[in-house]
Amino acid sequence: MSPDFLIAAIMTVVGLTTPILLAALGELVVEKSGVLNLGVEGMMLVGAISGFAVTVFTFNPWLGVLGAAAGGALASLLFAVLVLGLNSNQVATGLALAIFGTGLSSLIGLSFTGRIVPVFGSIFPAGLARHPYLQVIFGYSPIVYFAVLMVPAVAWFLYRTRAGLILRAVGENDHSAHSIGYSVLKVRLAAILFGGAMAGIGGAYFSMVITPMWAERMTAGRGWIALALVVFAGWRTGRLLLGAYFFGILMALELYAKAAGFSFLPSPFWAAMPYLMTVVALTFISARESAGANAPACLGKPFLPST
Amino acid sequence: MSQISRRTLMKVAGAAATASVLGARVAHAEDKIKIGFIFLGPIGDYGWTWAHNKGREQIDAELGDKVETVYVENVPEDASAVPIIRDLAQQGCKLIFTTSYGYMEQTLEVAKEFPEVMFEHCTGFKRADNVSTYNSKFHEGRAVLGTISGKMSKSGTLGYLGSFKVPEVVLGVNSFLLAAQKHNPNATLKLVMIDSWFDPPKEAAATETLINLGCDIVTTHTDSPAALQILEQKGLYGFGQGADMSTFAPKAHLTAIEDIWGPYYVQRAKDIVEGTWKSADTWDGMKEGTVVISPYNEAVPADVRELADAVQKGYKEGTFDIFTGPIYDQEGTLRVKDGEVMSLADLAVIDWFVKGVESAS
Repeated sequence: MSPDFLIAAIMTVVGLTTPILLAALGELVVEKSGVLNLGVEGMMLVGAISGFAVTVFTFNPWLGVLGAAAGGALASLLFAVLVLGLNSNQVATGLALAIFGTGLSSLIGLSFTGRIVPVFGSIFPAGLARHPYLQVIFGYSPIVYFAVLMVPAVAWFLYRTRAGLILRAVGENDHSAHSIGYSVLKVRLAAILFGGAMAGIGGAYFSMVITPMWAERMTAGRGWIALALVVFAGWRTGRLLLGAYFFGILMALELYAKAAGFSFLPSPFWAAMPYLMTVVALTFISARESAGANAPACLGKPFLPST
Repeated sequence: MSQISRRTLMKVAGAAATASVLGARVAHAEDKIKIGFIFLGPIGDYGWTWAHNKGREQIDAELGDKVETVYVENVPEDASAVPIIRDLAQQGCKLIFTTSYGYMEQTLEVAKEFPEVMFEHCTGFKRADNVSTYNSKFHEGRAVLGTISGKMSKSGTLGYLGSFKVPEVVLGVNSFLLAAQKHNPNATLKLVMIDSWFDPPKEAAATETLINLGCDIVTTHTDSPAALQILEQKGLYGFGQGADMSTFAPKAHLTAIEDIWGPYYVQRAKDIVEGTWKSADTWDGMKEGTVVISPYNEAVPADVRELADAVQKGYKEGTFDIFTGPIYDQEGTLRVKDGEVMSLADLAVIDWFVKGVESAS
């Protein structure tokens, strides 16, 4: 195996992993606050079209990424109003958001079909970004580095800051947090908006980096894989990073196995792999009680103060 | 029961409300014959579904005073297609086009329930009194792409981004490689089936994989321009699928196979209007104008254009067929004897790859 070959394969894996990692990291924070938002796919698509549209109008990919974050956050705001304001069922509302986001992005996207923007690629000098070996470190879009850096940032926030402690408290026991004076709804709103923004940026990775165009439903189900990943990671940030790359490697492995002529596994089996792995992980988590305790206790339950 | 009565009630209420405002238009609309379309992807995919939708628009343009068309996008190729097709029949469609191979059994199932509704199933091979099949000889176009690739590939390793192992794709693979081997006898082909017709991120990753395994030209049998965009970034070549996709990859896009469904759709719609529709099996190609090759990219040298044009001319005049023996399969077994030409019936159900296809899928 030559170094060139390995580098190209690694870069494909990074491309497959980054959007899932971003969306899953956002969802992890949302779930840590006790809210289950199943609408990741919809928020990613809204982010994808928002980022693309802003780039088309401003010719500035950085603004595009901001636009994607704003688009994803706006979509999640709708979810927040329903589940926090009106105490609607989180599962049903999340599914509705997935469908709504798909439709809304298609609608906005109608006037952007058939257009392209420049790839939001590496910002390092060409000597590094296109160097045959160094490109494996410097050859990526800024979004890739952002995704990787957000992992320790989120971990630090959740486990080393007071705000993170409050967020986890809200997710573990909303009534206790409420009784000592924290606003459960405000904390959850912030978490939901963060989740939306991260999903939006994840979506923009598709429409601005991998294939700089808009196509309806271009995320093709990655939002659901991101949801599976959060569970697979047992709500831990470090494992989320490893899990994302594990899923990415599996996806790349499928393509390499097929192209190289190994047909030892039937095709649909590969496609089901991330979900299958999640089931396996869940089995292990529930077998080890201590690990299972990491799932937020209030996940998916609406907060109804007794007073 | 309650649901049905409620729906009926709403329909009546809706009709009454509309009728009071637009009485004349409702009466007019009822005179029109309804024609339904089931689409696999979004009409904005700029490929397969986009091309079918262009055909639908041509019906509107030419027969808009007599018929009206309705369509449903993103219909999965599984059992969930049945209620969607049934719904179109219940809405009063007299003719329904189901535009992908994977709707074959579902179309037949609904057709049995609605003998007075006519169906047209694209790329399948099962018919009934009220079910026609129609297809396009995309493989004729693939022979043109293969000719160009055989001349222009430096590595001699060609990439093929496929969807599923269905006859249409197998024909495409074989036609593409056989044509390339006429100009480069050592040409081989790597194939990845991505188990989807439309998944831009996976199409992109699969293209990167094929490039990394030594392919310098990749042709796609999936419906988005994703592969072309990757090829554009890497400075390699590819082709559009279903429609001219050159706007997505001005340098990489050597040419495209355009699917032109309009004339067939208009003809079948006319048959319904005039009451002359009959179940049939139509398989048109370049000769009939169903398969059209887009303008060549300036990167295609003059001598290669001549060869590609010759293939087109051969198909239009009926003097060329890429499936002329000798043809060997992957294992090296002689499948088509020297000078023999494969029949359309054999092509329609083909399930083996020719020699030089290196991937197993």
